[in-house]
Amino acid sequence: MAAPMLRWCCLGRRWVLACVDSGSRHGRGAAIGFTSSRKRGQSSVAQQPLITAQKSRKGEHKWAAVVGLEIHAQISSNSKLFSGSQVRFAAPPNSLVSFFDASLPGTLPVLNRRCVEAAVMTGLALSCRINKKSLFDRKHYFYADLPAGYQITQQRLPIAVNGSLAYSVCAGKKPSQVISKTVRIKQIQLEQDSGKSLHDELRSQTLIDLNRAGVGLLEVVLEPDMSCGEEAATAVRELQLILQALGTSRANMAEGQLRVDANISVHHPGEPLGVRTEVKNLNSARFLAKAIDSEIERQIHELENGREILNETRSFDYKLGCTMPMRDKEGKQDYRFMPEPNLPPLLLYDTASLPPGADPQQVINIDWIRERLPDLPSETREKLIQQYGMLPEHSFALLNEVGLLEFFQNVIKETRAEPKKVTSWVLNIFLGFLKQQNLAVNESPVTPTALAELLNLLDRKAISSSAAKQVFEELWRSKGKTPSQIVSEKQLELMQDEEALERVCHTVMEGHPQVVMDMKRGNSRAINKLIGLVRKATLSRADPTVIKEILEKKLSS
Amino acid sequence: MWARVVRLGFWSWGSWRRGFTSKADPQGSGRVTAEVIEHLERLALVDFGSQEAVARLEKAIAFADRLRAVDTDGVEPMESVLEDRCLYLRSDSVVEGNCAEELLQNAHRVVEEYFVAPPGNISLSKQDEQEPFSHN
Repeated sequence: MAAPMLRWCCLGRRWVLACVDSGSRHGRGAAIGFTSSRKRGQSSVAQQPLITAQKSRKGEHKWAAVVGLEIHAQISSNSKLFSGSQVRFAAPPNSLVSFFDASLPGTLPVLNRRCVEAAVMTGLALSCRINKKSLFDRKHYFYADLPAGYQITQQRLPIAVNGSLAYSVCAGKKPSQVISKTVRIKQIQLEQDSGKSLHDELRSQTLIDLNRAGVGLLEVVLEPDMSCGEEAATAVRELQLILQALGTSRANMAEGQLRVDANISVHHPGEPLGVRTEVKNLNSARFLAKAIDSEIERQIHELENGREILNETRSFDYKLGCTMPMRDKEGKQDYRFMPEPNLPPLLLYDTASLPPGADPQQVINIDWIRERLPDLPSETREKLIQQYGMLPEHSFALLNEVGLLEFFQNVIKETRAEPKKVTSWVLNIFLGFLKQQNLAVNESPVTPTALAELLNLLDRKAISSSAAKQVFEELWRSKGKTPSQIVSEKQLELMQDEEALERVCHTVMEGHPQVVMDMKRGNSRAINKLIGLVRKATLSRADPTVIKEILEKKLSS
Repeated sequence: MWARVVRLGFWSWGSWRRGFTSKADPQGSGRVTAEVIEHLERLALVDFGSQEAVARLEKAIAFADRLRAVDTDGVEPMESVLEDRCLYLRSDSVVEGNCAEELLQNAHRVVEEYFVAPPGNISLSKQDEQEPFSHN
């Protein structure tokens, strides 16, 4: 029998994840060797949805999948973690490399204060315990884009531990059925990024660019509390929004600033966890959920056919849509961790423990950072719901697109229209146009001011809502015109002259005596036909509610 | 004080070494099995090359193993010899880089501004295909 059919809770519309990035990274710089040596927590996991393999040969089998993630986020900083060379995407090869980054003898690491603050900030935002003392270690592996032969990381005592990340997934087909979930965060550690390798298969050589070597990374380790690709992808998306709100990482997956490895296993509920595989380098939001689900499906298929799951490293082939074993690692790696001899322990302080007279440039105060944390996405959503009576799914949608919330707030500031109207216009019409033409919010030809003015016209009933849509289309096409200009050019304003409208109604009624008869006989639907005819006669420039009033008045008289 | 330092320096060395040499010699005559040599060669991509090199390694281990004779019971291990020193924090400004030309002078081969490396890691051929080290 073919792969078992899967049925689980988290299928449904993936609105939280809509449109994150376009395309994956090309096979550049697969950073191998970033496995942390952690052991999976064996603690039981709440709310595991069951995966049922239908029509299995051995009768009804239930499978539960367990997914844990290791996420690498590049810290947004001017300079690298331990050197003063610049951090920048797509610079000329090896132009952002210091002697330390190239591991020349005699160079030493000097810790970047900004990277430590970013780690503390991220830890606080994810409700972690911040370790006031953390340690740096060397993790050894040999690869051409790691010139030192080791990566400086935090294996024994990381900077932040025991946090949590809350995210929401759709429960059913309706976007309003949202389930809140939480994944525990095991730890956040500071570490160095590796360089990039460009593989030239033709000439059988590898080109090395060390621009990325030594950039600060936050490795965020999520406990295996997730159970399908959808949940994992949504958790990653929420983390991405949090990092962006904090400004600690730009977290752009297309530029490799957010990279995900997934640990996946399946088992029968009540039985011990299965053997896990690690799917590496999930560097595209679009394929994250798919890669995880296809690996879950593969493991179930293997087990149902009496085969074993090997504890191996796999990668996702997005063209084939399945995971493949990675060949470059044979057997177990021996990272030979050792304490980094060139870096003393990293000490952090709070207001109570701050040594008196300490040089403010040399001490980091956790309380000071906590007080300056910006609103997190969950708080921003809650405020939108409170302030504007917005539906939760609309608050998600507004935060899901870069710059959309700001656009919305600018429109709100300048318009008298109701927040509900603004929300609907921004999310349905404005966002629809953007999506259709694959534009970002900041590339929109329509400014918040123009939309605000348009909504004002609509609000004071100067134009009908269908005319407003026409004006919007025109605004999109012809940059620089104001909504009022378009309305007067196209003669779209509603007829304010009631007498003129009454004359039109009169003419229409005279022209259609049969419909008027139907109405008088009590066919309530006939009035809609008359309204339509009047609107047509006024070139859609009359307000249907006003027409209705006039018609009803005329009929009853 | 010294004992604390010493124990730490050999923390990682001892931890993997124990795994390999426990059956042969738990307390260090300094012999290294062919198995360990092969493992090291694979990890480090270094060819020990000759029995002379292995002998030198064994001598070095025997020398270092004398440290095990020091009684460190009840001594709290140190994190680092620098553990009581302040970790200097640098401000986040760009002060280095832009020296590709100088760096690439070290490279054996260069294409444009890239270093050139062999494709992937070249694993050493199996032990028995090489000149054998006789350890027995």
